[in-house]
Amino acid sequence: MASTSGSTPESPLICGKCKVPLVLGKVTAHYLGSEFPIELWKCPGCGKVLVPESLATGKMLQVEQALEDK
Amino acid sequence: MDRERVRQWETQCIQEQAPACTAACPVHVDARKLTECVARGDFKGGLAVLANAVPLPLILAHICDHPCQSHCRRSDAGDAIEIGLLERACAEYGLPAPAPRPQALRKQRVAIVGGGLSGVSTAAGLAIRGYEVSIFEARPRLLHRLRSLDASTLPAHVIDADLAALRQLCIAVHCDALISRHAGPFGLDAIAADFDAVYLAPGPEPLDQDVLGLARTGQRGIRIDPLTLATSHPKVFAGGAQRYAPAPYSPIASIADGNFATVSIDRFLQGASLAANRDNQGAYSSRLYVNTKELTASTAIHAAGGGRGYSKDEAQQEARRCIPCQCLECVKVCQYLEDYGSYPKRYVRQIYNNECIVMGVRNLNKMVNSCALCGLCTAVCPEKFSMADVVLDARQSMVRTAKMPPSAHDFALRDLAFSQSEAFTLARHQPGFQSSQTAFLPGCQLSASSPQHVASCYAHLRNSLPGGVGLILQCCGSPAFWAGDEAKFQTALHSLKAAWSDLGKPRLITACSSCYRMLRDHLPQIPVEPLWPHLTPKSLPNALPETISRTLAIHDPCSTRGVKEVEQSARALLGELGIATVELNEPGLTTCCGYGGLVQFVNPQLAGKTVARRAKQSDEDFVTYCAMCRDRFAHQGKRALHILDLVFANGALDPAARPDPGFSQRQENRAHLKSLLLCEVWGEKVSAMEPSIELRMSEEMRLLLEQRMILVEDVRRTIENAEQTGDKLENPATGHFLASYRSACVTYWVEYSTEGSAFVVHNAYSHRMEVR
Repeated sequence: MASTSGSTPESPLICGKCKVPLVLGKVTAHYLGSEFPIELWKCPGCGKVLVPESLATGKMLQVEQALEDK
Repeated sequence: MDRERVRQWETQCIQEQAPACTAACPVHVDARKLTECVARGDFKGGLAVLANAVPLPLILAHICDHPCQSHCRRSDAGDAIEIGLLERACAEYGLPAPAPRPQALRKQRVAIVGGGLSGVSTAAGLAIRGYEVSIFEARPRLLHRLRSLDASTLPAHVIDADLAALRQLCIAVHCDALISRHAGPFGLDAIAADFDAVYLAPGPEPLDQDVLGLARTGQRGIRIDPLTLATSHPKVFAGGAQRYAPAPYSPIASIADGNFATVSIDRFLQGASLAANRDNQGAYSSRLYVNTKELTASTAIHAAGGGRGYSKDEAQQEARRCIPCQCLECVKVCQYLEDYGSYPKRYVRQIYNNECIVMGVRNLNKMVNSCALCGLCTAVCPEKFSMADVVLDARQSMVRTAKMPPSAHDFALRDLAFSQSEAFTLARHQPGFQSSQTAFLPGCQLSASSPQHVASCYAHLRNSLPGGVGLILQCCGSPAFWAGDEAKFQTALHSLKAAWSDLGKPRLITACSSCYRMLRDHLPQIPVEPLWPHLTPKSLPNALPETISRTLAIHDPCSTRGVKEVEQSARALLGELGIATVELNEPGLTTCCGYGGLVQFVNPQLAGKTVARRAKQSDEDFVTYCAMCRDRFAHQGKRALHILDLVFANGALDPAARPDPGFSQRQENRAHLKSLLLCEVWGEKVSAMEPSIELRMSEEMRLLLEQRMILVEDVRRTIENAEQTGDKLENPATGHFLASYRSACVTYWVEYSTEGSAFVVHNAYSHRMEVR
């Protein structure tokens, strides 16, 4: 499986709209009425947030499932 | 879930019922546990089992007339277990017996008149419960009659050891104390007045005098309630040999009376009901079912030492012959019930408790959603318990109260929505007809798996049946039913019913077992028949390729379990096709393929184990008449055919090797089928459904999409959106793009690159959280 190489902090991706590199910034993850502050790569221009594969299939999935069982 | 219904379900499962030996024992010695202890050489543990049942365990072990043995289920194949000898071995090798552990002292005092087995047992039982007990025995010592037994049967030191163990209890023993009916310190009236309760155990001799004014029975003795041992005097109870005489003396009956009297006097002194919940007091018939059909016969181990009983080794060997008795019929055949490590009675309680959690985590949601609802448990259960009823009730309740995890059935329900959309649904009369005597309902999964077979079947039915054969392309709603989503299920049923009404209410012929089941159970007004009797090979192309084995193992779909019309017509068709079928089991005992109940989506590991277990049952290629079952076997790597692969072989090279189309292709096939039929049957011009953009991906990538339940269509929409809006990320190092797209409640991410006008997919993943 090809990896999402751009998700590593060492190699920030570039926003396709704003043409600027992503920077680390505070964002909020929402699910089933709960909110979690989290630091992720985002576009300083349009605010587009990158959710890397490791997060989506790892911790984020775990939290989703835990919230669903509440 | 309704509490009363939960209680009924719990009662229906008999796994916790006592084994026959325990039920036949008047004092319910747990002989199964005792043999388990002995089998592993734990004689002390075995003796503890006896001590748990009676206060005089060593005496019991020596003189018990073991009525349990005649009920032992081991005797279905060979000899019964020698439980009596095993008890004695425990008393021999497990010494000392565990000391009785009395509860905190109570204020009430109980008099026991008669120091025989029944009296001493009652005294010990009540003393352990904390009462102050006094025994009045007319003879010089307790258990006088027992000492007249042959020493080889009951050595004196055994009696002494049991009595010695009772010394630490609060029991005052008055020997040579003949109780009379006259006034005085040893007068019955005085004792009855002085103590809070009295137990009379005077032995077998007839009482020819009036005792305490107690009501009498016939000429022999006191009138005693057989359940509670109560007499006509509220604080006086009576039992032991007195109540059985002139029948031969039974030590175990006397010991049992001691236990019964203990319960009654304790309840009396605590103001509780004497008679409540004593249905199974004494010997009774257990409901526990034990399957002994597969048991290999064995004979009891001979005690080489004769009267001395078993050696340790002999006892262990004999104990290992114990089955041990339990039901677990459903757990033996169901991967799901086995995987969760317990049995239905406990599952019912766990599921109910899971639902009752208000604040906290409902850990069993996944378990509730992992049952295939296939009904095999009911088919094998002697009490017809249905796990499907339990989990379906729980699922419906979860959906109603918005406690169903949103991700559990989301993917399957979106697939259902596709099958109910314009992309697939169709209800038409046969071209040239204004009405339909019959309508063909192929089902959404056959349409998804083998659209060409649907077209062939429909052509055959149009040619062979009179009165016009209409067509209904639609899903019966079974995924919504399995998900516990009653509203979505009713919507699906309603639209199916509407389609049927639009065609003039014809009889339906279906190729899908789930459709058949849903119609039969939920729309009984619609006449429905299986397709198979309508396919006559003589009028069909039947050139089976050499790759198809002429001997196939038949797998019946679980949806039509026990429906003879379906099972037999499929077999008849296979016979006409020249196929010899190997039965994997009785048709009614088929297993699920892992799709039923939507397990595949909730617990893919379990679904995989379930289908793998089935696939292992025969090395022959499988044949089935459910498209989903066939594809699940194919997915597992098991060569499998749909019965229509044989009917419409049409020169296919090796249909048993046809791969599982996968989720994305299934939807595409349905849409393609509708276009194909509209075009070829009704001559309508259908614009070709060319994909908006061309995607390229490796087989590995396709499998990853399947595993992550991401449709190719989701990937296409994500890339399309990125390309149209520029909403994407670029990786300068690889030249790849990373795009995201949120549809309804899932965000899809796709990593891709361009190759000319096409897009190469390198990765895809999804999440349900929204990030802002």
